[in-house]
Amino acid sequence: MIVVAEEYSLNNSRKNELESLIKQKISVDDEDLPLWQEAKDGNFKAFQELMNRFQNRVYGLAFRILNNPQDAEDIVQQTFLTLVEQIDRYRGESKVKTWILGIATNHALKLLRKRKGQYYTSFNDRNLDSINHEPLPHPEYIAVWRDNPENLATQKELKILLSESLNRLEEAYRTVFILRDIEGLSTEETANILDISLSNVKIRLLRARLQLREDLTKKLGIEATRLISTHSEHPISK
Amino acid sequence: MTCDELLIALNEVVDSETALEIYKEFAAHLSNCNPCQVVLDNIRQTITLFQAGQEYHMPPSFQEKYQQIIESKWDEKFHKSKNEKNS
Repeated sequence: MIVVAEEYSLNNSRKNELESLIKQKISVDDEDLPLWQEAKDGNFKAFQELMNRFQNRVYGLAFRILNNPQDAEDIVQQTFLTLVEQIDRYRGESKVKTWILGIATNHALKLLRKRKGQYYTSFNDRNLDSINHEPLPHPEYIAVWRDNPENLATQKELKILLSESLNRLEEAYRTVFILRDIEGLSTEETANILDISLSNVKIRLLRARLQLREDLTKKLGIEATRLISTHSEHPISK
Repeated sequence: MTCDELLIALNEVVDSETALEIYKEFAAHLSNCNPCQVVLDNIRQTITLFQAGQEYHMPPSFQEKYQQIIESKWDEKFHKSKNEKNS
């Protein structure tokens, strides 16, 4: 029993040491932290600078989740009001950016569920978890795209196409894709914000990527280059 | 390695620049399987397109309005008048 207690204490002390190292690393890498510290001391200009840095990002994040400009505006306002209210609560466990985007994401998801009448559904949805265990959908439409993404991105109609594709995704897949691939957060940061496991983030991201690829390739792929996948019946010799 | 096995591991290949060097069987499969190579390219293009494609900018009229609301909340929290803050 004593050995177990000693091990536990050692593990705990190692854990604290690691957490402290992670915090130090986060603060060194976090360019928004000095502004946050000034804002915390009551400097509104510093807070205003943070608003200017993040407002369009929060707006874009909310717009992508909710697909409605008025709702996105509400989320911007609610997010920064929450930040003022909770300005003392930030402890440096994550980057300032992650904290802000996390608050915005949770406000947006809350509103989305309210709109859908799902007041009590959590993001950690059991039905969805069972879908996660189903086999992955195989890529069906496989073709080379007609142009590179940088050129495609400049075309006006693409904005609508991307928005439609994103909105066809299940909410839970969409949110993970937005946080990981559009906002550039890590798997760990995404898992913390959504309160789901790392493996859940990974599988939802994979399903989102596969569905978006399928959708966009049908629109952007060159039919003449279309390939037929032979799936698992096509073992490859090493 | 089969296409199905690569499909399960796609995130690793997409997210890590060194995955193909570390997991030689991924590279070996891709060099022999054109459909998988195109799917991988398509996924990378999908991500790049979303990152490069859409920037959202809130309407300037709203920006002014909401910042005033935030400033009032700020004053309330820090018990400061506007004059004190600007001095």
